[in-house]
Amino acid sequence: MRTAVIVFPASNCDRDARDALAKVTGREPIMVWHRETELPDVDFVVIPGGFSYGDYLRSGAIAARSEIMADVKTKVEKGLPVAGFCNGFQVLTEAGILPGALMRNRSLKYICKPQPLTITNTKTRFTSGFNGQKEVVFPIAHHDGNYFADKKTIDRLEKNGQVVFRYNGNPNGSINDIAGITNEAGNVLGMMPHPERAVDPLHGGTDGLALFKSVLGALQ
Amino acid sequence: MSKSIKITPEIVAEHGLSTGEYQIILDRLGREPNINELGIFSVMWSEHCSYKSSRRHLGKFLTKGKRVIQGPGENAGVVDIDDNQAIIFKMESHNHPSYIEPYQGAATGVGGIMRDVFTMGARPIALMNALRFGEPDHPKTRSLVSGVVAGIGGYGNCVGVPTVGGETNFHKGYNGNILVNAMCVGLADQDKVFYSAAKGSGNPVFYVGSKTGRDGIHGATMASAEFDDDSDEKRPTVQVGDPFTEKLLIEACMELMATDAIIAIQDMGAAGLTSSSVEMADKGGVGIKINLDNVPQRETDMTPYEMMLSESQERMLMVLQPGKEHLAFDIFNKWELDVAQIGVTTDTGHLVLTHKGKTVCDIPIAPLGDDAPNLNRPHSATPQREYLAPGDARAPENWNQTMLQIMACPDVASKRWIWEQYDRHVMGDTVDSSQSGGDAAIVRIHGTNKAVAITTDCTPRYCYADPYEGGKQAVAETYRNLCAVGAEPIAITDCLNFGNPERPEIMGQFVGCVEGMNEACRALDYPVVSGNVSLYNETNGVAIPPTPAIGGVGLIDNLGKHATLSGAKDGDTLVLIGKTDGWLGCSLYAREVLGHENDGVEQICAPPPVDLTAEKAHGDYVRRLIRDRRVTAVHDCSDGGIALAAIEMAFSSGQGVTLKNHPDLPLHAWMFGEDQGRYILAVDENSVNPVISTANSKGLEARIIGKVSGEQVQVEGGFNISLEKLRETYEGWMPEFMAEID
Repeated sequence: MRTAVIVFPASNCDRDARDALAKVTGREPIMVWHRETELPDVDFVVIPGGFSYGDYLRSGAIAARSEIMADVKTKVEKGLPVAGFCNGFQVLTEAGILPGALMRNRSLKYICKPQPLTITNTKTRFTSGFNGQKEVVFPIAHHDGNYFADKKTIDRLEKNGQVVFRYNGNPNGSINDIAGITNEAGNVLGMMPHPERAVDPLHGGTDGLALFKSVLGALQ
Repeated sequence: MSKSIKITPEIVAEHGLSTGEYQIILDRLGREPNINELGIFSVMWSEHCSYKSSRRHLGKFLTKGKRVIQGPGENAGVVDIDDNQAIIFKMESHNHPSYIEPYQGAATGVGGIMRDVFTMGARPIALMNALRFGEPDHPKTRSLVSGVVAGIGGYGNCVGVPTVGGETNFHKGYNGNILVNAMCVGLADQDKVFYSAAKGSGNPVFYVGSKTGRDGIHGATMASAEFDDDSDEKRPTVQVGDPFTEKLLIEACMELMATDAIIAIQDMGAAGLTSSSVEMADKGGVGIKINLDNVPQRETDMTPYEMMLSESQERMLMVLQPGKEHLAFDIFNKWELDVAQIGVTTDTGHLVLTHKGKTVCDIPIAPLGDDAPNLNRPHSATPQREYLAPGDARAPENWNQTMLQIMACPDVASKRWIWEQYDRHVMGDTVDSSQSGGDAAIVRIHGTNKAVAITTDCTPRYCYADPYEGGKQAVAETYRNLCAVGAEPIAITDCLNFGNPERPEIMGQFVGCVEGMNEACRALDYPVVSGNVSLYNETNGVAIPPTPAIGGVGLIDNLGKHATLSGAKDGDTLVLIGKTDGWLGCSLYAREVLGHENDGVEQICAPPPVDLTAEKAHGDYVRRLIRDRRVTAVHDCSDGGIALAAIEMAFSSGQGVTLKNHPDLPLHAWMFGEDQGRYILAVDENSVNPVISTANSKGLEARIIGKVSGEQVQVEGGFNISLEKLRETYEGWMPEFMAEID
């Protein structure tokens, strides 16, 4: 599987994403600078966490309007699998690729901790490799993770099975405990927790590996 | 404009210069300085930049060792961790600004210490912080805690460097002056370490990073005076941080450092463009000529004085190889940062500044360093305190209540409220974060099986009672915490926070602590490689408790052969290494339960002495046991004695503990005594005999003190409390305390 990681100014989980992808695929991903106008020919793209553009204006707002995101949008429509973790999720909602918005945490504080999650849809290309495992622990680390969308959108997400991860013990006030969603076509995942920070026993757990293996499996 | 300002004695005094110091300036220049020149002398000779009160004492420190590549004198210390790799680290204070404007003060403290590390070619891989706040009931404490924590998190989280550990104390002694000490640890290749000495004549001097504004002018001078009731008026001297720019600056510098373009590099910290240009030139024995018109400016009509003394953040100064200028332009333009050639090195030995076609400063550089005041301030030793015999201290009336009282006291209670606001996992190498309960944080060296262990420690109440023993203890405790995770202690950095050095009793505290620290460093072969001094932490004549915060760094050469608090298993035996005399003087028990620090009835006793020979022998033995996998968990025994250490191990493993009595000591002295140099080991049944007999054969005291089992933590005739209740009490205090502003 050929993969790419998009790098914005002040992305800071780009190395974490690169290492996780290299570990699972056996190949170094291509790091794509935000000023590029075209994605390389890859099978899977990760938009990493961090503080793109310092989170100025709104988290993900400026990155969503960068040159490379225009091409991401085009290729998503053609079916390219894309995952955004943390700031990557914020970028995807700001770009209109995923519905809803990430507001400031209910506590108004940044929060970093291991977070138990339930996989609520195991049939997506991002979760099919969990082999029946329903509960996972991924770290969260965010200030703006409070997922919000209007009622119609939430109903649609729920009905279509687009809610993929839910928090066990809601840390940030997200509607319906939503931690991660896909787009309607199912090729784009956005989630606040960090699966790429749970791929090594030294991280305290390796639940994240199955997510990347799912994507790999779905391609083969 | 600047030339029209007449230098009066009032202006000289406003610049913090004595008449004697001003006379030296007149002698060296052979004329009156203009206002720009006076400003430059003033900041270079400030306490903050010149270390004029402390320099002669710091010179006594052990600074060399088998792993030391660079000791004090550069931006940060450099130590060898094998395989051509080096760890570069330093701790620094940002106390005065953090009290006045907590968010920005703390944030820029983090930013500044990171620049000290990456300016030497190291990618920052971990941040730590040592915080001291006033008593919880003080009206300012909550908002200071809230602001400082948000500032540290806001900066470190954005830059993407994990904040992996630290310590937080609350004490009335910090009501008027909080302490914010930040430490950064970075990783570099040994052949890619960068230094600050400018070399050669005619080499281009480059300015990169953010633009210069009018913020922080005279920040260094502010940090060189005590506070009074009008301290809030000093807010304009606090700088404002931009972590986004810092992140870009790190990446851009790393990219340029991978080329061969840089001769010397230095961050613009305290006293900004002045100290960076003067120090680079002074170290290289060259002159420097700067055209101030080329300095990127954020505001209009800035004067030379303002530009030279601004402490705008996220700026660096570099001397480049001639002909490589394009590399700097390409890289910094890519990262959308300011980049400008503002000067050249010269062979005149002078700092020459031009502005709008006129020379506005022309002074010899050497006197700024060589003639900086080096004071021998009078110091009087702190009087000896009385020894408190175990039998003379009152036993608890209600053991369970006493134990819970200690668990909920602000210095002991969980600081989860703080550290959950810090990203501890970014970069993917955090193995154990000391904030989640370990003795030292462990951060893997990326792509290897090695790790660096990091800890910060200081027990100010010991230092206050006996500066010499307190200084020893602070160093020894970092050593112990590193050994407790199985790391080889390498070296320390320090942040020496004291009151007004012009008072002999304060200077006596300083000298005592430094001598104690040095004694420990020498006995443990554990040198000082970097650090900083923060004096004048004093308001209306009331000084902070002496607080020499120590940051210790150690090496774990093989992850997997390290230890944490959490591995104890049901049925394991707890073995105590080290001798216990039941030392309750100056203990947490004495303060919290006996009320020895209460106003009006103060009865502070002598703190526990540190036997450095035993400290070393115990550390060596514990590391060997960890390496040989003879132990399942290790914890050092410090504040709160055996009782608290056992409870913390129980929290970590989720298993209860049953402790034994001591045949000769009163139970409360056994449980809460703070005798130094001790470790608690969790040992599998089969290893107990060899662990104890080997210790005994080395002349070390080792004794079985309890067993891991059940869901209670208990000791016969003492407390018996469920783990759940203990945890609820321990976790409860801080969220409840902070709730009023949540």
